[in-house]
Amino acid sequence: MAHRWTNDLTRDDVTPEHLWLNRRQIIAAGGALGLGSIAAPALAETLEPNTWEEITSYNNYYEFGTGKDDPARNAGALVTSPWSITVDGLVDKPGEYSLADLTSGLSVEERIYRFRCVEAWSMVVPWNGIELADILDRVGVQSGARYVAFETVVQPENMVGVQRRVLDFPYVEGLRLDEARHPLTILATGIYGRPIANQNGAPIRLVVPWKYGFKSIKSIVRISLTADEPPTSWNKANAREYGFYSNVNPNVDHPRWSQATERRIGGGLFSSRQDTLMFNGYEEDVGALYAGMDLGANY
Amino acid sequence: MDLAGIINGYLRRVPAWPLYMVAALWGGWLFWLAATGQLGVEPINRLEREYGELGLKFLVLSLTVTPLRKWTGVNLIRFRRAIGLICFFYIVAHFGVWTLLDVRSLDRVWADILKRPYVTVGMSAFALLIPLAITSNNLSVRRLGAQTWRKLHRLAYPTAILAVIHYLWLVKGFQIAPFVYLAIVLGLLAARIRWNRRLAAA
Ligand code: HEM
Repeated sequence: MAHRWTNDLTRDDVTPEHLWLNRRQIIAAGGALGLGSIAAPALAETLEPNTWEEITSYNNYYEFGTGKDDPARNAGALVTSPWSITVDGLVDKPGEYSLADLTSGLSVEERIYRFRCVEAWSMVVPWNGIELADILDRVGVQSGARYVAFETVVQPENMVGVQRRVLDFPYVEGLRLDEARHPLTILATGIYGRPIANQNGAPIRLVVPWKYGFKSIKSIVRISLTADEPPTSWNKANAREYGFYSNVNPNVDHPRWSQATERRIGGGLFSSRQDTLMFNGYEEDVGALYAGMDLGANY
Repeated sequence: MDLAGIINGYLRRVPAWPLYMVAALWGGWLFWLAATGQLGVEPINRLEREYGELGLKFLVLSLTVTPLRKWTGVNLIRFRRAIGLICFFYIVAHFGVWTLLDVRSLDRVWADILKRPYVTVGMSAFALLIPLAITSNNLSVRRLGAQTWRKLHRLAYPTAILAVIHYLWLVKGFQIAPFVYLAIVLGLLAARIRWNRRLAAA
């Protein structure tokens, strides 16, 4: 099916990286000449995708270390080919699928999404991905299924953070089935039209743009359909701080820091914070999923 | 002459002021790297952390001066004031980056100090450092008297504990570094308790 959702980020933003770089230079020059208001419409300015360099050098992927630059340094060791994904639980066609079998023939779309980390920083990423709903349709979801659980690969010999037991690995995540089937939810295999970098979750990762980044689990090796809410890694590590839903919400603070504002990566040392948007700016799209729910209690 | 004596002989000829220079240059160099995009793509948080960690290192260093002398005879006491003040300056920079570059709003600075436990603890550690920094000069030692001055400067012990709690509290998941600092600080403080007991017994 695919194409259930269209980007609200402008057409201009779907620009090859090299052209985009030129555009930013043009905007900068316009600003210097006092022509900023003509050259740079506000929309383009706020929703500029981050550069490949930024997206691939500032990551949380604790299997490769806890520093933001550790994944870029260490994730080269990840073996991503061959890659297989176990699909099990309440599905019609369970089994071990190769990446190609699971995804071939499905439409890969470019989706430029805001990406908001629970640590109060954010990026804009031009993903290439497949709607998760398409993949769920391929494997056939049975009527009793209410949740989707995901698991990240564990390659202990290639992952320094796994040896140090920073978290209880394998990393696991989950979504309610209606969240998983939402057209915004994709499994991404690329960024800027290139294969996704290891530190960003190669070869295939979840992207749920209205939730904090840790929900968007990387390097997926298992997808399970379940009747009950599956365990999730950060919730297991610290239930008071990380709930199952973890929707981006400026009004519900993390116990250790405020979620009202965020810092967009790439602004440099003197950039200021910007306000965080409800559901990371996707309230119109996903608000209905949570109608009547107490978002303070279900954080 | 023993090794410690030889080392002490050399150390006596080294003035303390270059330490201040090196520390200031290092702090400025980090700032310059951050401002020119050479500290990664999120320089504000990175610089904040660099200064915080430097401050903690100098705090720990200041607590090792006495044990080092007792255990090895090497005497760094002439540099202890510089070490302590450098710690203070890095923490001022740490606090400065947080308020002026990171949070940038008096309201939110206050809200975070009151509401976020790890910031509250960091702020308490910082508050304890202030009287120590103010009295780190010969005039204060004379005014207060050596006894009182020494008692006041024992505030460095709770400061170190608070600083480590601050670090433990702010990391996510299980991370080694803050526990290493915790072990070092507890070890350095435990050593003092043992000496005091022995002194009291003698
Ligand atoms: C004696 C005083 C203090 C010491 C020794 C200290 C030390 C540290 C250390 C070691 C870190 C972590 C660095 C790293 O991850 O490498 C840190 C982070 C931090 N500290 Fe402090 N600190 C002190 C006081 C303060 C104060 C007064 C504030 C603010 C009121 C503060 C706010 C922060 C913040 C916001 C972070 C970064 C947290 C993050 O990245 O999420 N600290 N500090």
